[in-house]
Amino acid sequence: MAEYQNIFTRVQVRGPAYPGVPMESSGIWSRDGKPFFNYWAGKIGDAQIGPVYLGTTGLASLICGFVAIEIIGLNMFASVNWSPIQFVRQFFWLSLEPPPPANGLHIPPLAQGGWWLMAGFFLTSSILLWWLRMYRRARALGLGTHTAWAFAAAIWLYLVLGIIRPVLMGSFGEAVPFGIFPHLDWTAAFSIRYGNLFYNPFHMLSIVFLYGSAVLFAMHGATILAVSRYGGEREIEQTVDRGTAAERAALFWRWTMGFNATFESLHRWGYWFAILCPLTGGIGILLTGTVVDNWYLWGVKHGIAPPYPVVFPNVIDPATLPGAMK
Amino acid sequence: MIPGVKLSLGLLGVVVGVLLGIVIFTSFERPPVSVTQHGYRGTAMATVSNPRTVAREVAANALPDPIAPQDPAGQLSSAVYENVKVLGNVDASEFLRLMAAITEWVAPVQGCNYCHVEESLASDKLYTKVVARRMLQMTMEINGGWKSHVAETGVTCYTCHRGNPVPANIWFDDTSKAPFPQIRNTSASPVTGDASLPSAVFTPFLTKDDPIRVESTTALPTGDASSIKDTEWTYGLMMYMSNALGVNCTYCHNTRQFAAWNQSTPQRMTAWYGIRMVRHLNSAYLVPLQSTFPANRLGPDGDSPKVNCTTCHQGVYKPLFGASMVKDFPELIGAK
Repeated sequence: MAEYQNIFTRVQVRGPAYPGVPMESSGIWSRDGKPFFNYWAGKIGDAQIGPVYLGTTGLASLICGFVAIEIIGLNMFASVNWSPIQFVRQFFWLSLEPPPPANGLHIPPLAQGGWWLMAGFFLTSSILLWWLRMYRRARALGLGTHTAWAFAAAIWLYLVLGIIRPVLMGSFGEAVPFGIFPHLDWTAAFSIRYGNLFYNPFHMLSIVFLYGSAVLFAMHGATILAVSRYGGEREIEQTVDRGTAAERAALFWRWTMGFNATFESLHRWGYWFAILCPLTGGIGILLTGTVVDNWYLWGVKHGIAPPYPVVFPNVIDPATLPGAMK
Repeated sequence: MIPGVKLSLGLLGVVVGVLLGIVIFTSFERPPVSVTQHGYRGTAMATVSNPRTVAREVAANALPDPIAPQDPAGQLSSAVYENVKVLGNVDASEFLRLMAAITEWVAPVQGCNYCHVEESLASDKLYTKVVARRMLQMTMEINGGWKSHVAETGVTCYTCHRGNPVPANIWFDDTSKAPFPQIRNTSASPVTGDASLPSAVFTPFLTKDDPIRVESTTALPTGDASSIKDTEWTYGLMMYMSNALGVNCTYCHNTRQFAAWNQSTPQRMTAWYGIRMVRHLNSAYLVPLQSTFPANRLGPDGDSPKVNCTTCHQGVYKPLFGASMVKDFPELIGAK
């Protein structure tokens, strides 16, 4: 017998396409596109694609995003002398750099970080407009705005890295370059410059919430899949009207770890772990260089970093010896 | 399930498997990999080696045949030969022995005439002889004045030349003219171990003395203005040194705090002097030779060939695995 499952469904239920709940018209925009079905989309989710709502903020966001990607991409393309082959080969290494630190917070010439500033402006506009779109779509559907605020937590970290901290440090040059490997190497350099970010308590919290989110998501996903044979995937109904699925899931966790979340509270656990990851991370970045200059030494001062036995007793900084070279 | 779907899924699986295989075989090192701990436990301070790599390196660093000692002639070379400016106070037969050794080390194919005019060995007509004289002075200074880096092991011409008239590992100023000034290389540069870090690190750090230290020495800000970009330059240099010596970061540093000297290994002090030595060799010997070299020996921007860590080390933590050749040629050890 065919069996319905939550993910990798073996059965796809196909009714007539459903346009969604009726909604008051908001200006010139409406839901666009004739809905259609996609077999492969149905493998991992709902097979129905569309209709979509673009809206003013959505359109503006896409345009800004397109401009940002164009600026970044064309700068990268120029850096390989417009060679399409090199562009593909070196793509992961290419970058668009922020201005040199000496430039401070002045508007730099285009080739000296001006393009970077412009790309950052359009990318930020795009992201903020997309946030507004999420907020307004949630309101229009009569939903809570939880998704928009979760997205806002990620935007906070982005803004701290890209503009708030650089402004506090007095230099756009402190910000992250655009590029795949460049932004990763930047991250490593950031940690090295400020004496090892692992000793930053807010970085620690951020990691806790990052890995914690993954663990919670795995536990929750596993639990719901395990009880879906009892109708456990109907989480919302079971939140207010506990069935045997909810009871069994709860009992399972009480047996294995003595405590269980509920079908309702589990979602708050997941929501706050996910939100707190970039929120605490952003605080950690904000304090770096502005309030604390070397997290390791800060950790020593506050008893976080343990001293190791001296293995190499005679090593001293040659630059501190009398008559040392530069 | 539709048969076509099953087939395409199977094909997809094969493609993914092949791609995974390529990634694994091209990016992982085939065992055995042995790890030798040298720091405190838990700090990951250890050297990593693989017998296959070691065997290859040992073969590449084989020593040339030794040249038997000669009975002293009892006369100084300056009394026997003309125009001997550097080695005049060396015994004449030892002088000849050293000349034979240099030929074997530097120009085994080309022979004496690579530097000397056949009719008049004393002539300075060939630029190679002028450069060789300066290089002799350089070798003597390294062995006498830079024991902080080369210790008693010392160097000879062979350390860098390895039988090549021009050492295999030299460098010129970076002339990559990107349309926009990008600090990092726009390609996977072997200099920085394929990282997307600045790779033009030799000019600022190994000829000029741009500051390398970027890490704050106080917990709270006290005016250290080093930027993250400065850090990326230092990072690039360190990646280069790591490659040049075939070691990892923890060969010198406790990576929980790169800056801390009291947690570093003695090798870091040796490396510190090495950086200063290379700077001095480039600015005092190689750069001034620019006008002596013919155009075909100069870089794209007309600059002198210069030395870096790789010139001697060639991927090994101690050049020639620490074998001392200079002990058989004490005249190459200059004044302290």
